[in-house]
Order: sequence, then structure tokens, then C-alpha cells
Amino acid sequence: MATVFLPYALRKYADGVEQVDVPAKTLGELIDNLEAAYPGTKHHLVNEGALKPGLAAIVGHMATRRGLLQKLEPDVEVHFITAIAGG
Amino acid sequence: MVATYETKTDYKVIGNSPIRHDGLDKVTGRAIYGGDVKVPGLIWGDVLRSPHAHARIKSIDTSAAEAMDGVFAVLTHDDFPTADEGTIAAGEDSVDLRRDQANIMAKDKVHYRGHVVAAVAAIDRNTAEEAAHAIKVEYEVLKPVSDVDTSMADGAPIILEDLVGDHLGKEVPNTNIARIFRHEFGDVDDAFANSDIVIERTVSMSMVHQGYIEPHNATAIWAQDDNLTVWSSTQGSFGVRSQTAGLLGLPESRVKVNYVEIGGGFGGKTKVYFAPIAALLSRKSGGRPVKFVMDRPSVFEASGPAPGGKIRMKIGVNKDGKITAADTDLMLESGGYPGSAVGAAAICVFACYDLPVSRITGYDILVNKPKSAAYRAPGSPQASFAIETVIDEICDELGVDKIQFRLDNAAHEGTRRGDGVQFSRVGLEETLEATRDSDHWKSPLGDAPAGKARGRGIASAYWMNGGGKSTCDLMLQDDGTVMLNEGSADIGGTRTSIAMQAAEVLGIPVEDFHPSIPDTDTIGFTGITGGSRTTYTTGLAAYNAAQKLVDELKGRVADLWETEAKNVEFADGTFTANGDSIGIQDLAGRLDPTGGPATSTASVNLAEAGAAYGVHICDLEVDLATGKTDIIRYTAIQDVGKAVHPQYAEGQIQGGAVQGIGWALNEEYFITDDGSMANKSFLDYRMPTSLDMPMIDTIMVEVPNPLHPYGVRGIGEVPICPPLSAVTQAVKQATGKAYYELPVKPGRILEATDSI
Repeated sequence: MATVFLPYALRKYADGVEQVDVPAKTLGELIDNLEAAYPGTKHHLVNEGALKPGLAAIVGHMATRRGLLQKLEPDVEVHFITAIAGG
Repeated sequence: MVATYETKTDYKVIGNSPIRHDGLDKVTGRAIYGGDVKVPGLIWGDVLRSPHAHARIKSIDTSAAEAMDGVFAVLTHDDFPTADEGTIAAGEDSVDLRRDQANIMAKDKVHYRGHVVAAVAAIDRNTAEEAAHAIKVEYEVLKPVSDVDTSMADGAPIILEDLVGDHLGKEVPNTNIARIFRHEFGDVDDAFANSDIVIERTVSMSMVHQGYIEPHNATAIWAQDDNLTVWSSTQGSFGVRSQTAGLLGLPESRVKVNYVEIGGGFGGKTKVYFAPIAALLSRKSGGRPVKFVMDRPSVFEASGPAPGGKIRMKIGVNKDGKITAADTDLMLESGGYPGSAVGAAAICVFACYDLPVSRITGYDILVNKPKSAAYRAPGSPQASFAIETVIDEICDELGVDKIQFRLDNAAHEGTRRGDGVQFSRVGLEETLEATRDSDHWKSPLGDAPAGKARGRGIASAYWMNGGGKSTCDLMLQDDGTVMLNEGSADIGGTRTSIAMQAAEVLGIPVEDFHPSIPDTDTIGFTGITGGSRTTYTTGLAAYNAAQKLVDELKGRVADLWETEAKNVEFADGTFTANGDSIGIQDLAGRLDPTGGPATSTASVNLAEAGAAYGVHICDLEVDLATGKTDIIRYTAIQDVGKAVHPQYAEGQIQGGAVQGIGWALNEEYFITDDGSMANKSFLDYRMPTSLDMPMIDTIMVEVPNPLHPYGVRGIGEVPICPPLSAVTQAVKQATGKAYYELPVKPGRILEATDSI
């Protein structure tokens, strides 16, 4: 069961809670299951079968480089934040 | 799966400071920069720029320019292909093609003074300039919006009329606020209500420029087979490729970008300005090579500076010295199109502290100034200035030691950043302890001469550092030397810091490496030199390539010695098996019968980099009659993970500190009522020089990054962040007055001290 830290703008789909537990083995499955439980969330996260450009998914401590294919360890936490480039 | 490493401690190469491979070329003038590019048939481009900060384009008449002798082509926005709406992934970046097209050449409005309106290609530079000025543009001049307060006010002129703002997930038309977002964890208001002390301040800072010496440039050839070749001063050739291809509607495979040396970038050379224009002019000129070099005023007015803006900061604390809550509004200028560094500012703003609850609200705000770009730890210096200003006041209010307060509240492994992400191993506590134990902190400030006052300031800051994609190729030569190809633009000596990591593995002196940076057709994808990622990420690609080469050579040795590869050992540059031994450089000349040349390549795509923390101490003197400030002692303490090349690591820290000091004391876009920048030359835009600075002392703390075999962390960005507050708090201590607006220039000091 992954713990999703909901971005502030998505909390309205989940009664304002900060985090929710979602069963999933991959990031893609997690987003599908999140959408099933909280309709309206997926289109904020996915575009044309991939994470939206400019969005980063943090799995544990790491920004995943495998996108929706990223495998999820049990009890991992997942964040969705703006992708940041440096100078 | 993420690789973690038991960090090595006994080094032969890492930790030394050899001479950089490109040093001789650079000091003797042999190195080729973008401005040096000469190809047969070269013609010159120039652009016409808007004299207005905000205006509607009513008409453009190019006929006079087109009729001039020596003019080959004239270009307006109509010559660009129609770009799709929305943001696309481009390499490691995300690009809004429509907005980026409009930024590099205005379509129906100009959004800042200096905005390009049209371009020409001509036989020589003077003819191109003359022709550009022969283009007639009719404008409807609009009221400029020059700061975030004006931009957010009711009834403000709307800069980007088709913009639909995203305000906490709600679509809002007719706004200059492109995005409002929030990170919020816990009941912040309740925590403030239960705090012993709450301090709230609003600080502001001006837009500032990176101030790189070499101006932007590009040369492009659009060949008859529709293949495009580009030379451009850039922090990343692949970024130029993806942006140029995207903006022109070309497949990336048709664009080749040749590497040229770069004379400074600091984040400002991550976006293209001239390459697509040069390409289209080349096509319209029958495939002639077209070259652009930007003049200095245009670099200031129309490239990508760092955003100014305003930050409200509220911190709660209990009398025992523990922070109870933090809340901030980060309002940063994006410039003429959306996309400031406010997202990164939000990540960094609370990252030095272990906070129980926090709220961060970010605002990306359009103003009639150039579209902002990255500048060394983009967003973090502004954020650090805001929080460290308030932390300093809290320490004064509590009467506590400013380092001990930070240690008592320091972020550590397991702390959540303000965006909720947990830290892995970080070295802030060790950096603070090194600061506390430093000679500088333990030394008294000393007495000021008559008419002057002294003060000491301290501040900390964070930058997350970058990973991403990099490639490195190794080719062992018969004479035992190694050709090394890598894709990272070399800004701070990274050819050498990358080669050193391969040299450490192979046991070959780094002087026997010949590092090169080939074109984008010749090396695997490599992200920009930015985000403090290059020595870490491309270095790890070099490390992996070297390990692969060792494995390959074990097989070759086994072949020569008629044994199995598993029996061959490798250590300190020597292969051994069954009592035989051979050095790797001796082996190199004996490889023909074993299969010929030995090469290897490795690419990486790294998810995390290992964060960097810096703490700076600033002592300064203020002349109470003139308000002039002199830094008299400065120490920058930083967790560097492992300094691969200590001299270059120290140089990065010193350079960052000096840029931050300039931001604190002098630098600003001075904007007049008509929206123009009044100080668009290095004479008037006052950056610190070596004559202004004392030696910047450094203390490099080495808390190894477990994600790298040598413990390397990024270095180059975080040192620009602490100076903004460290300097300002030192001026506060010297003058007894608090300062909430940057730069803390002489006039502001004299106003605050009632000396004028």
C-alpha cells in the first residue's frame, strides 16, 4: 500500500485530506487506483499516457526516471511536485 | 532500484587539484567560443527590438529592409511554423512552444523593452544592423507593469491576454498571475496561535542578471537536405537541439549542435534566443550560414535574468527555541511570459529547518520585464533571504546563539521539506558545527575605524542539486592514454573533474586523459550543465564507463594469459592473475590479438543527487557618512560530499558567494517609469569585482553522498544563496537598522540611518 501525499490542488477531490493510502505495484496503477477512489485526480497527473510534462513524481526520496512504469515497494510514499531544473 | 555505495576513502586521483585539460587553450586564446565561429559563406544576422516595455504591434513594414543591397532575408513571427498549444517534454526540460516562440520573436504584442520584433540576414554586420533599423513597426503603446504589486492589483493592464491562470487548481482568465500553488502540512494557524513568539515580515528584491562575460550567440546552417547545424554558447547542446527542433517543427534527428566553449552561463544559457532565428534566416538565404552575437544592452534587457519580487514570511517559535510553524507567500516575477523559479523557491524556502507544520503559497507573476530564466540555485537565494531575515530577528528576540538556534532546529535525515518530501542523508548539522568551530566565528569582530561601523551576519541555505541523464565514452589508446568523450558543457573545469573519476577507477594519471565534448550526433544524450549536476552525474557515467572498461580488459588479459576472466584481479591500475601482472597502460599496446581497440560507454539517468547546504559568515564595515559597504572578512562553509578537485570546488563556492554579495549590496534592474532598464551596461549595473572583495575563505565539509561511489554532491549553486541575508544581517548589526529590501545600497543605508 503506497501513501500518496496529495498536491494541495488535488485535495479537493479527497475531502481535503493531505495523504491517502492506495494499493498499487506501479506508479501507473497507483494513478489509476487514485482516480477510481477520487475521480478527477488523474487528468492533473497524466497526459497522453505519460506523466504530464513539468511534473515530477517522487517515490520514496527519489524523483522517478521510469515514469508510470516505476515499480512501488510496499509502504512507499509518493509525491507529485513541479519538476525543477537548476542553473 | 537505486544504487547506494560504501564510500571509498583511499584515493589516488580524487582530492588532488591537477591543471585543467582546457586551461592552456583558454589562457592562450586558442579555445573556440561561439563568437569565434567562422564558416565559408558566413553572413550576419541582426534583430529589431521593441523600444517599448508593453505595446501592441499594429503593423510591421519590412519592405525597406528587403530592398537594401546586401540583405538576403528578413524574418518576422509569421515565418515561424504554427506551434501547438501547451507544454511538451523536450529532453529534460519542458517547453511551452507557443510562448517560447513569442518570446524569441514577438507575435502581436511586445512584453518587454528589447523584445525582438523582426530579424534580418545580410552580407556583413553593419548592413544587417542598418537593415534591421529600416524595418518600420507601428505600435499602440500600453501602460507597463513593472512590479508584482502593480501586476496583481485590481484593474492592472493584462500582459498576456489569452492566459488562463491556474490559481490553486481553479482556472482564472484576465489575470497576470499565471499560477498559484500551495504546499501545506498540518494546522498552521493553530500552531501560530500556540506559539510564544511570532514574527512576520515582508521582504522584496530586484530582478538581477547573471552577468556572464560572453554574450549570447548562435550560428546556423539550414542545408538543402533540411538538416540544420548549429553552434551556440550554451550550458547544454542537447537543450539547444530540443528547443530549436521544437520551435521550428523539426525532428531532433535533423538538428546537430556543435559544442563551443562557454564564457559563463550561471543558468542564463539554458534557453535559446538566436538559434531558431538564425536557422530560419539561413533557410530564407538559400542555406547560407547566419551568425548572431548579442550586444550587452540586449543581454540585460532581453535575455533571462533572475526574478525579483516579494516574499511574506511568518515564523512562530516557543521560548525554548523550537520553531512551531512557518508560513510564506512567495511572489516572484516571471517576466513577460509565465515560468519563474517560484517552484524551486518553494522547495528550498524551509529546507534548512525541521518544521512541525508549514504552509507555502507560490505566485508566478507576469511583469513587463524580460522572461526570467535560471540563475544559480534559481529561487533559493530569494527564499533564503526571506526566511533568514526572520530567523535572525527571532534569534535576537530570544537572545540565543544564532548557530545553536539553527542546530536546534536543523533539517536532518528524515526531515520533510516544505513540499512534503523526506530528506535522505544530508549534512546541514555538520556544516553548522563546522561554522561554530571556525576561526571566523570564534574571532571577535574588532573595532571599526572612526566614522565606520562593523557588523557580522550569518545565514544558511539549501539547494537540492540535480541528477538526470548523462553519457560518457572511453577509448583506450595503444599508447596507454584515454580519449574521453562526454556531453556536458564545461563551465567550471568539469572535463577534468569527470576525467578524474574515470582515472581513479583505471589507475591512469588524469594527465593521460584527453577529454572532449563532441556534437549532439556523436555522444549520447546529456542534460545541461546546470542544477549542480555535472561532476556528480556525468562523473558517475565516467565511473561506470571505466568499470565497464576494466571488465572488458579483464577478458583481454585472460585471453593473453590463457586463463579465465574470473581469475584476473584489478587494483591500482594493474591486472594480476596466477602470479602474472601487467599495468593497464602497458596492456593497452598489446590488445590487437585480443580483439583490437578497447572502448566502453555508459549512460545514466539519476533520480536523486544528494542535497547541498551552505552556511556563510560575513563581516563588513559601513561608512556612516556615505553608506558605502566593504566586506572585510567572509567565510563560506559548505557540505560538498567529496571535493573531487578541491581547487575548483573552492572556486565554485567563492564565485557563488561573490555573486550573492553583489545581489545583496549593489545589483538591481533599475526600471524607469516607462518600463525601461536604466542601467543596461556593466558600468552602471554594478557587479562586484576582485577589487571589491576580500579573499572568500572556504571550509569544505565532506558528508559523503551515499548515491555516489566517491560521495560526490553538487557544489556550484548553493553558495549564491546565503550571502543575501548574511550580508544584510551584518549591515543590520553595523547600523542598528533592519533592511527588508535588496539591494542594501548606500542610499538605503543612509535613509535607514537618517543620514540623508
